[in-house]
Amino acid sequence: MVEKSTRVIVTVIGEDKVGIIANVSGVLASGGANIIDISQPTMREFFAMIMMVDLKTATLPFDEIKRQLNLKGEEMGLRIDAQHEDVFKYMHRI
Amino acid sequence: MSLQFSAQEIIETIRMVQMEKLDIRTITLGISLRDCAHPEIAIAASKAYDKICRLGGRLVRVGEEIEREYGIPIINKRVSVTPVAIIAESSREDSHVVFAKALDRAAREVGVNFLGGFSALVHKGMTRGDRVLIESIPEALAITERVCASVNVGTTRAGINMDAVAQMGRIVCETARRTASQDGIGCAKLVVFCNAVEDNPFMAGAFHGIGEPECVINVGVSGPGVVLAAIRDKADLDFGQLANEIKRTAFKVTRMGELVGRAASEKLGVPFGIVDVSLAPTPAQGDSVARILEAMGLERVGAHGSTAALALLNDAVKKGGAMASSHVGGLSGAFIPVSEDEGMIEAAQMGAITFDKLEAMTSVCSVGLDMIAIPGDTPPETIAAIIADEAAIGMINRKTTAVRVIPAPGKKPGDMVEFGGLLGRAPVMTLNAYSSSRFVARGGRIPAPLQALGN
Repeated sequence: MVEKSTRVIVTVIGEDKVGIIANVSGVLASGGANIIDISQPTMREFFAMIMMVDLKTATLPFDEIKRQLNLKGEEMGLRIDAQHEDVFKYMHRI
Repeated sequence: MSLQFSAQEIIETIRMVQMEKLDIRTITLGISLRDCAHPEIAIAASKAYDKICRLGGRLVRVGEEIEREYGIPIINKRVSVTPVAIIAESSREDSHVVFAKALDRAAREVGVNFLGGFSALVHKGMTRGDRVLIESIPEALAITERVCASVNVGTTRAGINMDAVAQMGRIVCETARRTASQDGIGCAKLVVFCNAVEDNPFMAGAFHGIGEPECVINVGVSGPGVVLAAIRDKADLDFGQLANEIKRTAFKVTRMGELVGRAASEKLGVPFGIVDVSLAPTPAQGDSVARILEAMGLERVGAHGSTAALALLNDAVKKGGAMASSHVGGLSGAFIPVSEDEGMIEAAQMGAITFDKLEAMTSVCSVGLDMIAIPGDTPPETIAAIIADEAAIGMINRKTTAVRVIPAPGKKPGDMVEFGGLLGRAPVMTLNAYSSSRFVARGGRIPAPLQALGN
C-alpha cells in the first residue's frame, strides 16, 4: 500500500492585511510544519492565500495545528483552514 | 507555481463547501443482524443491540475525524440493519416493538440520529413475521425516536402486493394518529417502497439488504447548491451544454463521496460499499432541487416542463456520478421531497406545484412522493391508492419509487405542518376527493409486467 501523504493545504480567505503570512507561518513553524509552497492569487470575490504544507516533520498533531490556525484566523478576522491535500486531488485529478 | 493544483481549483473546492453547501449528507454503516435471530425476542433484541454498539461504536468519532481532516462536512452518521422482520420472526411473539426499542437504545448509544431497518419485504406475500412487524410499526414509531421503518410492497419482477398496499394505507393512518401531538411525525419515519434497493444510505428508507456483507459503509453525497451555482445565470446554454455542466458538477461532488467512503472504510476496517449520488435538498436557502429546475427556465417548479427538467437533471447527475466512483449505488438521482426543500415549500404554498404534478415527476426522479403533508382526515383507502399508483410507476419503469406522506391530524389543505430540523415544514396538499375504496378492497396481487414489448 502507498504511504498516506502528509501534505495539507492551508487556505486563508478574507480581506488583505499586514502580517498574514507572518502570522500563519508562525503558527506552522511552532508546530514544526514545513511550508513547501505559497501562492497568493487575488480572486474576484476575495483575497486568498494558499500554502502547501508538509506535516512529516510536525511536532504537533494535525488537529492541533488546524485548531491554532482557526484561532489565528478568528483573531485576524480571516478564515484560515487546513485540509488534507487528498480533497483537492480527488476532486480535480483522476 | 509548483502546487499540484491551480489556485482556481483550490478556491473552487473551498467555495463549493463554504458557499454552496457541498457536503457529505450521510455515511451509513450497514450491519447484518442475521446472526441475531433467537426464539426469545428479548434475547434477539439484546444481541442486535450488542452488535450495533460493537460495530458502530466508532462511527461517529471516525466521521468527525474525517470532517476535520478533509474539511468536508458530514451532516449525518447513520446505521442501517437487516430488515427486522427477518430476524424477529424466529420468535412467536405478537409484537416486534421490543426490538424497535432495542434499536432505538443502540442508536442513542452509538450517537446516530436515525437507524433504518425496522422493515419488511413483502412484494410477493407475507410471512407471519412480516405481518407482526408491519402491525408493530405505528407503536414502534410512536415510542421510539430514532428508528425508521420501511416496507417494500412491489417489484418489477413480482408485481404489486395489493393486500400489503391496503394494509400500509391503514398503518400510515394509525402511525399519524399515534403521533398526533407532533403533527403525525411518525409518518416521516415510514417509507413504502416499490423496487427498494439494498444499499440505500439515506433515511428513512435505509436498510441493510440480505445480499449485503456482514458490515459495510455506504456514503450519500449531496449538493443541490453546487449544481444550482453551476447553472445559474447560464441562460444561453442549450440542453446538451446544460446537461454537461450538471455532469461535471456531479462528478466533482461524487469524488468527495468516494474519498470520504474510502477514508471511513479504512479507518473503521469495514468494506466500502457504494456512493449514492443524490441531490438531497434541505430546507436551508440555496440547498434546493426546486431552485435548480427553476434556474433551468421554469417560472416555478410545478410549471409545465418540470418533468422534463427533472428528467434531464436526474440523468445528468447519474452520468456524472457514475464516472467518478468505483461503485455507485443506492438511489442515486434527484430527490424531490416537499417539506425538505425550500423551493418546493414555496411552490406548494402558492399552488404552483400540486400533488398530481409531483406524482408525474416521480416517474423521472430518483425516488417518489416524499415528505408530503396531506389532510388529516384522508381515508386509509386513499393513502393505499396513492401507494398503489406510485408502486405502479416504479414497477413499470423498473425504478425505485416510494411514498412517504404525512396525514397530519386535524389539518386541512393549506394549513402548515412544522416537522422541524432537516424534516422541514410543508403546507397540507389537496388530494382528489373521490373514493378509491372499492378498488383497494379487491385484494390480491397486481401481476408482474411484461419486460418486452416496451412501449
